[in-house]
Amino acid sequence: MAARTVTALYARRRLRNGLTMGLAYAATGFGLSWLVLILGVLLYNGFSGLSLAVFTEMTPPPGAAGGLLNPIMGSLVMTAIAVALGTPLGILAGTYMAEYGRYDKLTTVVRFINDILLSAPSIVIGLFVYEIMVARMGHFSGWAGAVSLAVIVVPVVVRTTEDMLILVPDTLREAAASIGLPRALMIGKIAYRAARAGMITGVLLAVARISGETAPLLFTALNNQFWSLDMNAPVASLPVVIFQFALSPYKDWQSLAWTGALIITLAVLTLSIIARVFAAKRRSS
Amino acid sequence: MVDVALQGGTVQVAVQMDRAKVLQRLRLGDAAFRQVTRAAAIAVLVILGGIIVSLLLGAWPALRTFGIGFLYEESWNPVTEKFGAIAPIYGTVVTSLIAMLIAVPVGLFIALFLTELCPMWLRRPIGIAIELLAGIPSIIYGIWGLFVFAPFLQQYVQPFLIDMFGPIPILSDLFAGPPYGIGILTAGLILAIMVLPFITSISRDVFEAVPPVLKEAAYGLGCTTWEVARFVVLPYARVGVIGGVMLGLGRALGETMAVTFVIGNAHRISGSIMAPGTTISATIANEFTEAVGDLYTSALVALGLILFVITFIVLALARLMLMRLNARIGT
Repeated sequence: MAARTVTALYARRRLRNGLTMGLAYAATGFGLSWLVLILGVLLYNGFSGLSLAVFTEMTPPPGAAGGLLNPIMGSLVMTAIAVALGTPLGILAGTYMAEYGRYDKLTTVVRFINDILLSAPSIVIGLFVYEIMVARMGHFSGWAGAVSLAVIVVPVVVRTTEDMLILVPDTLREAAASIGLPRALMIGKIAYRAARAGMITGVLLAVARISGETAPLLFTALNNQFWSLDMNAPVASLPVVIFQFALSPYKDWQSLAWTGALIITLAVLTLSIIARVFAAKRRSS
Repeated sequence: MVDVALQGGTVQVAVQMDRAKVLQRLRLGDAAFRQVTRAAAIAVLVILGGIIVSLLLGAWPALRTFGIGFLYEESWNPVTEKFGAIAPIYGTVVTSLIAMLIAVPVGLFIALFLTELCPMWLRRPIGIAIELLAGIPSIIYGIWGLFVFAPFLQQYVQPFLIDMFGPIPILSDLFAGPPYGIGILTAGLILAIMVLPFITSISRDVFEAVPPVLKEAAYGLGCTTWEVARFVVLPYARVGVIGGVMLGLGRALGETMAVTFVIGNAHRISGSIMAPGTTISATIANEFTEAVGDLYTSALVALGLILFVITFIVLALARLMLMRLNARIGT
């Protein structure tokens, strides 16, 4: 009798184990299938529209043929300005946190706030830049769009810079100090060099993050139907054009939106894979 | 010795100078660099302060006009300029809840798979594939949700749900109404896919931090894999998992573009989760550029302020938990 209940207990435990492990496999399959589904649909819908015209012609009025040249250029220029503004600030702040004030109260506070900024809703950042730039200047502009993207770049770069500099062995710093190198030079010549791959990874991740951002651009850079690289005027960007075209009732606008979506996704995924390769190289060397 | 350590242009000039002068100059340079980096670190705080102050200033006209009632009034009427935030707040909270209900168990099971079941050589590829989900821009989720996922739900899933829950009293209200395809439920499901990678990767990291000795001891007693996960790994990793979940929740609350595409933008609270609704971020994205009148704009900024306060609290709690965990690992 007792033996039977014990075997029954074993059977129950084994069954429960089998069920839950099955669930674990199912959950993984579930998660991976979304990636396949999304990328598959994107390739299927976007690839047919991919042609040279997409990269050489302006966005069309409804019913006409055209391309995505002006939003692509707008996105590239605004991303470049955002990185140029945000990266130095982020690297300097990360440097202070890892090198000068590693155990400061200031560093603890900045790290905490920075982590919150890292996941703060991007639409709120758009509102912020609207209030400080668009409302003051009285018009939408490419500069405002670039600044709102830069606000997103900063926390990403701060975080990776700090993490990567902390990973640099202290013996390197001590060796530099022992030959009389002042701290600023030690940071510039030793620490940055040792952490370079990781810091580049951070910048690449930041670029990947902002090149798909739509929400903060909606009411800063707005949109522009025509060719314009005047940063003082509204500038078209790929994500905003996708948003506008996808929600339009016109079939050719919708198919351009799919093509644009494919371009962005490929660019972003390529960037994040390159960033990973960089990071992996750092780890193995 | 300093001159030996340095190369390049600065030295060419420096060599000719008095040694004391060189040292003086280096000291100055160092102090300057220190102050510049310090200023940059403070700039991060200034950005946060700037966000809060500018939102408060922008939201002030609406907050002054509607007072505390802004938080619980439902009407949202640009013509009569009556604004209340409860419908978007409700939509934001409910879509995020749906997302967490699905993403938390699925994410935990994937993390369990990655740490306990998966063969070593497959761990990295599968981990990267899940993390790539986080890399896909949210607008892609939006366009995919609108053109592929919503029609699929409308045709197959929602009629099935209506039929299944129809006879059950409370659930029939929750799943009532015509299958629109778009709505609160669709937005919640898409959010679930979007936050899944965050929950998975943090859970995996904290699961991996569980000391192997504990697990081996449990296995040695004859525990099954499930029992080890349930009674050893999960209790040990609890704080970290909760931190990861809160981080995912912070993302879900603030997500804009994917939700804007599929939520339906209807300013009302409906008992059914299949009805169209709106969220704070979707309202701002849809209406901000078209908002006429200072009060309308200000009401939208006030919505942004509410969203920022909610996400700030959630993210701060998440960080505090993860920091506590790190402190424990460190000792």
